[in-house]
Amino acid sequence: MNLTLLPVLPEIILSLGAMGLLIYGAFAGERTGGVVDTIAFVLLLLAAAIIYALPSGKLIAFNGSFIVDDFARVVKILTLIGSAATIALARDYLVNEKQEKFEFSILILLSTTGMLMLISAADLIALYLGLELMSLALYVVAASNRDSERSTEAGLKYFVLGALSSGMLLYGASLIYGFTGTVSFSGIAAAAGQGGIGLTFGLVFLFAGFCFKVSAVPFHMWTPDVYEGAPTPVTAFFSSAPKIAAIAIFVRAPITAFPAIGPQWQQIVVFVAIASTLLGAFAAIGQQNIKRLMAYSSIGNMGFALIGLAAGTPEGVQGVIVYMAIYLAMTLGTFAVILAMRRRGQLVEQISDLAGLSRSSPGMAFFLAVMMFSLAGIPPLAGFFAKYFVFLAAIKAGLYALAVIGVLASVVGAYYYLRIVKVMYFDEPLEPFAPMPGLLKLVLGISGVFMLFFFVYPSPLISAAAAAAKSLF
Amino acid sequence: MSSWPILSITTFLPLLGVLFIATLNGDDAVVKRNARWAALWTTLVTFAVSLILAWRFDPASPEFQFVERAAWLGGTTFYHMGVDGISLPFVILTTALMPICIIASWEAIESRVKEYMIAFLVLETLMVGTFSALDLVLFYLFFEGGLIPMFLIIGVWGGPRRVYASFKFFLYTLLGSVLMLLAIMAMFWQAGTTDIPTLMKFNFPHGMQTWLWLAFFASFAVKMPMWPVHTWLPDAHVEAPTAGSVILAAILLKMGGYGFLRFSVPMFPFASHDLAPLIFALSVVAVVYTSLVALVQEDMKKLIAYSSVAHMGFVTMGIFALTTQGVAGGIFQMISHGIVSAALFLCVGVVYDRMHTREISAYGGLVNTMPLYALVFMVFTMANVGLPGTSGFVGEFMALIGTFRANIPVATLATLGVILSACYALWLYRKVIFGVLEKPALMGLRDIGAREILILAPLVALTILFGIYPKPVLDMSAASVAQLLENYQSAIAPKAAMLGVVK
Repeated sequence: MNLTLLPVLPEIILSLGAMGLLIYGAFAGERTGGVVDTIAFVLLLLAAAIIYALPSGKLIAFNGSFIVDDFARVVKILTLIGSAATIALARDYLVNEKQEKFEFSILILLSTTGMLMLISAADLIALYLGLELMSLALYVVAASNRDSERSTEAGLKYFVLGALSSGMLLYGASLIYGFTGTVSFSGIAAAAGQGGIGLTFGLVFLFAGFCFKVSAVPFHMWTPDVYEGAPTPVTAFFSSAPKIAAIAIFVRAPITAFPAIGPQWQQIVVFVAIASTLLGAFAAIGQQNIKRLMAYSSIGNMGFALIGLAAGTPEGVQGVIVYMAIYLAMTLGTFAVILAMRRRGQLVEQISDLAGLSRSSPGMAFFLAVMMFSLAGIPPLAGFFAKYFVFLAAIKAGLYALAVIGVLASVVGAYYYLRIVKVMYFDEPLEPFAPMPGLLKLVLGISGVFMLFFFVYPSPLISAAAAAAKSLF
Repeated sequence: MSSWPILSITTFLPLLGVLFIATLNGDDAVVKRNARWAALWTTLVTFAVSLILAWRFDPASPEFQFVERAAWLGGTTFYHMGVDGISLPFVILTTALMPICIIASWEAIESRVKEYMIAFLVLETLMVGTFSALDLVLFYLFFEGGLIPMFLIIGVWGGPRRVYASFKFFLYTLLGSVLMLLAIMAMFWQAGTTDIPTLMKFNFPHGMQTWLWLAFFASFAVKMPMWPVHTWLPDAHVEAPTAGSVILAAILLKMGGYGFLRFSVPMFPFASHDLAPLIFALSVVAVVYTSLVALVQEDMKKLIAYSSVAHMGFVTMGIFALTTQGVAGGIFQMISHGIVSAALFLCVGVVYDRMHTREISAYGGLVNTMPLYALVFMVFTMANVGLPGTSGFVGEFMALIGTFRANIPVATLATLGVILSACYALWLYRKVIFGVLEKPALMGLRDIGAREILILAPLVALTILFGIYPKPVLDMSAASVAQLLENYQSAIAPKAAMLGVVK
């Protein structure tokens, strides 16, 4: 029996912090957004620092249902970076849109706690707890602009569909429990033996729940509407930290609990990956709203990340981690620009609003162009390496058809990323945007520099991802 | 060998210029002037450094020289650079043409000069890197990265249909290249490395070679471009600014031919042997068909673009004849075409800057007002036709001789293309330069000025020099070509012997 709570320290700090801030906010009143945001930001970074400093090796808590291995460490740090950056991105938006509520950051803290638990989950119950804690907070922030019909609609839609997917996930979990008699991943792996129809059936339902969370086809329908309707910082949040956490469990659960029936679940992942990359590529072509475009882009990107999982090898998992890290930076950078698209005090969201940006604000246009080329996977930008590693794994696993379809989809996807570059660089300028707030500049600058210079010294991320991948097998 | 990494300096020096230009600020006119001068000096210094490479290069050795190696992507993927006799001519061609491009854009580009110069310098780094990378992933990085600046050059400073042309250029090339990327990955898992010199010695299984060869072919055939995937080229050429066309025709197209020589032939000898007829067929179609298409063009740049496709047909044919003359002729033809097509686009640029049209019918009788221009244009027209005494002749002649030894019908048909090239080139020359000067707009045209002479004179000199004395280029590549063919022959010898036994 191991009673130490050390591995759970980051989660404890975040949840205690969230409660403390809630009390502080309730007493100090509405005008405390700045203080709460700052403290929440610091707490997130503190949690990341603690995770970095935790003793190495595999740490276990709560009788093995909570596990901190190299995989969890890397992915948790990425998630925390995503959440912290979201708070930074949201700051100016909340002030300008007169939505400065202290609850926003607290909800993000709670949601992040859920994500961390999800990433560390080593049994089905811990998985469900983490997932629900993450999602409940997300439902609320999606509807946080309660006077806006679109935001309310987004929140409600997300909640109803999310509840449905949780139900499916629970059903799958109960089937798995019924057929193996255990909820722990290692127990399932041991009991699964050669599998069986019932276990596979449960796995399919489990996957349906995961697919919903990572917005992979065929459970992607909520994504465009919710992305478009939710307040923009919330959209930025949706497409960064929760995606990473959900992908993490999507990777951990099948690889640690169902290695015996690999071929079965690999087929499902191959299908989901192909469908997501294709839908992401083709459906985005006609979009006019940049948030909607980013929704389809994230569907496509999740498809690419899942190509690594489809391989089901350490190289594949390494690819997924590298992909998610680079995707995180690309998404945050892009949303920093979207949040700065402000004209006469109003946020604008049409792609055509970016016309001639390269002349009215060259720096912003340059960095957005870097993001777009990177999303399109053009070397030497970081996005190329993201795709490189997942396809490398797919080729090794012999998934040639998947790889060929994937790269062809990435060419189609390049079209709509290029379209944004075209609008910014080739078209005549419109009225300039309001000056970009400093925090947004900071986020954009950091992610832009990361995109541009990743190729100079790529080994830290790549070797960290390799070590993380190894810890799962 | 000195301890200075000269090859990396040549490659990345332009980026230093980029840094400097990016920091320029203040008065618009001053920034423009400084950006131009900074770009010019950067490219000139880069050219000078690349001449050190040529000076120290040992043409007797077929090995890679100026090799640099450093840890990079982890595992077996290194930052590995080096040149041999096949790649060095292209490196020097690139660095030599860049200053000319900058001067050619001196007055033609008025808007966003700073960004323009940055795009060109970045492009130079990527092009030099493509020719000197000795690791497949590194090669791909440079090869594909070049799409970004070229996309922007066509799209921002191009003509009226620039958006269409830039997208077509980008997506076409990307589509071919991603298949090559998958092949690179497959090679990595098969051979355990992406190191080019190692892979050149690696024996890939026969069945796999065919697939890998086809994947590389998808990329290089688009880049080259070979019929029938050449259709992006006329669009891109017509819309690109003059210097963009020059780089496109002179350097970017050569990456396809270079790729065949560096990867397809040495790494997949069996597939090259088996699929050579495919290349021959496509090359002959390119030579004959695109020459005929060139005959009916109304736009000068389009005509030259189609003629480029035809000339590249000679190159692919020569390379896959896999005889010494054929391969050496292919390389020489690429260098020669790099000079001649660059010059022809510059010549078109000269009149375009004055008249702002490229319609052939808008011109006529220019010899009366622009005698010097007529002379220069004639030299390059003749070189394009392949007249003995110009560099165009040497390349085509060698490629044809080499092909005759491998496949007589193909060579015969291709020779027909030489006649056709005379038809369209002379027709263009007659329409533009000769005739009566009757269009009022043409009456007051200035002849070429000092700046234009400055950029065209070296090209005239090189065209004639290489026409009479092609030795420098041929010597530089001879040892590497000999080794390439030796390896090829020894690789397919067992199979040929086996076939002989069966017969």
